[in-house]
Amino acid sequence: MSLDSQPSAAGPQVGADEWVARQGRRREYLPGRLGTAQRQFERIGFWPRLAVVGLVGAVLPSLGLGGFQLQVGIDTLVIMLLALGLNIVVGWAGVLDLGYVAFFGFGAYGYALLSSAQIGSHGIHLPAELSVPIVMVAAAALGLLVGLPSRRLIGDYLAIVTLFFGEAFVEFTNNVAPGDFGGANGIVGLDTLHGFGVSITSNAGYYYLLVIVAVVVISVLRLLDTSRTGRAWRAVREDPLAAASMTIPVNRVKLMAFAFGAVVAALVGTIYAAQQISVFPTDFDTPILILIYAALVLGGVGSIAGAATGALVVMIIYDGLLRNATYSGYIFYGLIVLTLLIKLRPWRRLAAVLAATVALGFAAHAIARAISASAVAGAPQSTGWLGDALRDWVIVPASPQALGDWGYVVLVCLLIALVQVKHPWRTVLLVPALYLASVVWETALAAQPAVTRQIMLGAILIVTMVARPQGLLGTRRVETPI
Amino acid sequence: MTAPEPPPDPAAPGPAAAPILNLDRLSLHFGGLQALSDLELHVDDREIVSLIGPNGAGKTTVFNVITGVYEPSAGDVRFAGHSISGQAPHRIAGMGIARTFQSLRLFLNMSVMENVLAATYGRTHASPAESILRLPRARREEREARALAADVLSFFGQRLAGYRWDQPAYSLSYANRRRLEIARALGTKPRLLLLDEPAAGMNPTETHEITELISRLRDERNVSILVIEHDMHVVSGCSDRVIALDHGVKIAEGAFDAVASHPAVVEAYLGRDPEALTEPE
Repeated sequence: MSLDSQPSAAGPQVGADEWVARQGRRREYLPGRLGTAQRQFERIGFWPRLAVVGLVGAVLPSLGLGGFQLQVGIDTLVIMLLALGLNIVVGWAGVLDLGYVAFFGFGAYGYALLSSAQIGSHGIHLPAELSVPIVMVAAAALGLLVGLPSRRLIGDYLAIVTLFFGEAFVEFTNNVAPGDFGGANGIVGLDTLHGFGVSITSNAGYYYLLVIVAVVVISVLRLLDTSRTGRAWRAVREDPLAAASMTIPVNRVKLMAFAFGAVVAALVGTIYAAQQISVFPTDFDTPILILIYAALVLGGVGSIAGAATGALVVMIIYDGLLRNATYSGYIFYGLIVLTLLIKLRPWRRLAAVLAATVALGFAAHAIARAISASAVAGAPQSTGWLGDALRDWVIVPASPQALGDWGYVVLVCLLIALVQVKHPWRTVLLVPALYLASVVWETALAAQPAVTRQIMLGAILIVTMVARPQGLLGTRRVETPI
Repeated sequence: MTAPEPPPDPAAPGPAAAPILNLDRLSLHFGGLQALSDLELHVDDREIVSLIGPNGAGKTTVFNVITGVYEPSAGDVRFAGHSISGQAPHRIAGMGIARTFQSLRLFLNMSVMENVLAATYGRTHASPAESILRLPRARREEREARALAADVLSFFGQRLAGYRWDQPAYSLSYANRRRLEIARALGTKPRLLLLDEPAAGMNPTETHEITELISRLRDERNVSILVIEHDMHVVSGCSDRVIALDHGVKIAEGAFDAVASHPAVVEAYLGRDPEALTEPE
């Protein structure tokens, strides 16, 4: 302040604020050579980067992706586009919309009704060039309608109202006019996406279409972000009263964000419905909403690259790897080791904990075998080299379910105790906790990927948020005092 | 106070005689609390008027009524001859009334340049589609907005110099944040600028600078200014006229020396002489 207060003579003054800015930026980069590489990377403009990423996405299938990988790719792109659309509402306009997934469902059901045998005796079989724009325009109108409460409500209140809308959509499709909307049985036998003389019949085709749509949507969002509309959105997020005092019509700008978000979601919905050839109410329920939010938060709220990267990371881990016991084992142990490496200091303590955990495992295994051979007769869920490495370390009984269930309960108690106690005991308790976690994983958790991957997603989010609260590619923000 | 017969076009600079801002018997109450009562206030074209008064006197409330945050309970706000009371804040801002905030309300996570660019929203008209396609109108408006932003930021010299334009607003020092608030207000191309304690929290050098800046704003950018200020150096240094408020009532008006020594003003700031005190307030 004192330096800054000097009357400016010639040349820039070295003020306190400049220092803050410089230090703040410095911390954004990694130290040493990695930081230099990071800076070089940042010097590449947005458009070349998008072109490279788009090309990589386009050539991936020709590297020999299997059917499963291709499906994961399609799901990833769907969530990516939804996260990008959600980013308009949540990341830019700063409106907490918990009903966003309903626009996705609206798009899917819109396509399902317009391009199937569902309505009337022969159905409406509109080509894509008609049905998709109709659905998008209708979604924009719906977005404006759903956005109306945002004129009066902010924050949690609006979140509850929009959450209600999301749930209302699921209830509506489940219960209203089953003859038309299919009820719980959904609508099946949709037309494949056809228009402009082209018909997409294979998963590869949908994958390419989604890559193109993603590149187009990202380009549009980037152009919007750097225009007056994007600035108005962010100004409204930062401070609605100041924005209004600076000629920005706050309510109209918020409604615009709702409409744009809805259009993106509906567009993705049409493609998703056509690819699945069917729509069901449960496809558009809260689990998808959670995935979209997880992707956006993990990648960085308010950042286009963040939303895309977040979806990539979340979906490849959640949808691709966590379905398989061995792959999810890699992630489980990887997360634990990574967290220990980052958080446990000094190095001596880290080495001691790791060594003690390994020793405890072999000792426990030996004791269990000495007591009863059947106590270690089972095989760990992990296979491959990981399974071999763990064979003589974790206790897996012939019928592992009981140990897994009780172990899980004890593990939760142990973790609660762990966060309650202080240094020496925390380190001591950490060893049995780590071992018990491995035992529970190999006996129970890894066998139930449907449940486990939810827990794992939560764990990944927690670890990321602790290490990097702004998300992978987000920029750190200061809270605006209201 | 005398309204001109034909309502002048708000875009055209009115004659110096006609007040640009006119508060006509303005009252505002929140439930039983009378925040402003029968306030008469006017600002002439290219005039600097200071609004002083102790804490809670209703100074910022006057700003909030003028800018449309509150709707007056009675009375009228006229800007360039047109009644503006009851209009939405963004419309009032669009007509040419810009303000700064006592507790800074910058768009902290946007860059310095973007803060000013955001304020040009009301003066630009390209639709989102035009912006996405970068059609001629969008490109022209963007170019003009950037030129305007560079212009108003340059008004502060080295303080908001070019190398700071792309830094986030939160990286600025307190004094520079106050400057950026003024720059952002100028981004709306105002005819009337409402400054809410522009020198609060500034050291003597910066306070002196702000005083000069307020005069320069009037001389170089042709704006009328209504300024709330506690620092009497600023008030005496720049104002053409001073208005003192207490409990939502105008208690004195005139030249600085006359107002500063007015018994009602002295009493509002310092309290009554205990010996003369007959009954508690």
